[in-house]
Amino acid sequence: MQTTAIELINVNKWFDKFHVLKDINLKVETGEKVVICGPSGSGKSTVVRCINKLEKHQSGFISLYGKELTNSEKSANSIQGNIGMVFQQFNLFPHINVLENLILGPMKTRHKNRDEAVKIAMHYLERVDIPDQANKMPAQLSGGQQQRVAIARSLCMEPKVMLFDEPTSSLDPEMISEVLDVMVELANDGMTMIVVTHEMGFARKVADKVLFMDKGKIVEQNTTEEFFRSPKTERCKTFLNQILKH
Amino acid sequence: MKKILILCFTCLALAGCSSDIWGWYVINPTTPSGWINIKFLVSGIGNTILISIVAAFISINLGLIIALPGQSSKKGWRIVNRIYVELIRSIPLLPMLFWVFYGLPIIFRSMGINIPIDPFWGAVITLAISDSAFTAEIYRSGIQSIAKGQKEAAHSIGLNYIQTMRYVILPQAIRRILPPLANQFIYIVKMSAFASVIGMQELTRRANEIVVTEYRPLEIYSLLILEYLVLVLIISAGVRWLERRMGANENQ
Repeated sequence: MQTTAIELINVNKWFDKFHVLKDINLKVETGEKVVICGPSGSGKSTVVRCINKLEKHQSGFISLYGKELTNSEKSANSIQGNIGMVFQQFNLFPHINVLENLILGPMKTRHKNRDEAVKIAMHYLERVDIPDQANKMPAQLSGGQQQRVAIARSLCMEPKVMLFDEPTSSLDPEMISEVLDVMVELANDGMTMIVVTHEMGFARKVADKVLFMDKGKIVEQNTTEEFFRSPKTERCKTFLNQILKH
Repeated sequence: MKKILILCFTCLALAGCSSDIWGWYVINPTTPSGWINIKFLVSGIGNTILISIVAAFISINLGLIIALPGQSSKKGWRIVNRIYVELIRSIPLLPMLFWVFYGLPIIFRSMGINIPIDPFWGAVITLAISDSAFTAEIYRSGIQSIAKGQKEAAHSIGLNYIQTMRYVILPQAIRRILPPLANQFIYIVKMSAFASVIGMQELTRRANEIVVTEYRPLEIYSLLILEYLVLVLIISAGVRWLERRMGANENQ
């Protein structure tokens, strides 16, 4: 039996007068992998940021396992690392080393003692394949390594859902695959994931469902196979042609 | 214009050489009276340092407390911050010192509280409050200079506002604002000279007291300036050492 992890019903958002999200409806089941793609400025990042309450939505309903996420501070705090987030710019804390980055969340919000937190951190560092970098400062790592640390940092909170906001967009081409490999592995372990990305190869490989957004609307929403085989809208066809050409 | 300036400086330099004008005997360490005078003048340094450190300590904490509401998303909090900063920043130090030392005890008495304000605390409170408005602005610039992504990442691992500030934002911000904070500390050291007017026995007060007995303002005030110069240079060197130490592991 599947349970709904995340549900968005008629979500609208404005930046001042600019209507960024228009009636977004989205349902993500537990264990499901959803890829959101679309041109820049289409609102795809804003969707995931609304789910994590980094942005406020002005109308509509967002829920995590049936519990509504409002714009209140209490609601934002209740997420408490249940929704992991990986950013385009990694956003590691530059003033503390990799291990400290990883144990900060578990120690301060999950009230684990240091030994437990370190154990969890090393477990996930091994999963992203860089346990030997634990005592380095973030700036000493390559972009790909930093992003893998960022993924491990989210996983240390043992989140129910992972959001990825263009996780490979600011990486050198060589490093993209090492990050994608980690994400594929995570997907194979059954993590519920929403991924904003332009990596169509990744989408084909792991996504259950692909969404195409344009100008704040979900233009197309289909199973991965259908999405790539026969895109229904003209806008989506031209987009796919553009990014799959090379 | 240039010629006149050169002439002025030459006159000043020649006057300095003339033994009619300078009477270094007042602070001549080889004579017993000169040595007593020097000891008396320099001994004020303890109070100058003490006032400065206590005032700076209060100012650094108060400044942070004032700066945080300024970052709030709620307008009311931001207004509290603005009013405090604008008000305190526009009061000159000397009137505020008089107000705290002579005025505040009257308010306390009318409220039935008997807190005498001695020169030390009068000076410390005034310097701390006056400086806190500037410190608050320094904190603001430091906090604003930290990329927004840091706050978002902290939020995404479940840290609340206080934890985000304590473990993520402030440790990074303080490294960046160390130079302007050090500037403020030097400013406090120099402004502590005003404490002399309410009778605090610090460097300037000591100098004033010797001047009225010895009638040798030029030599004594020259020594006074030298004392502040040495003090500030020592602080500057200390701050540079601290910056190197704190900055060292940031860019590793």
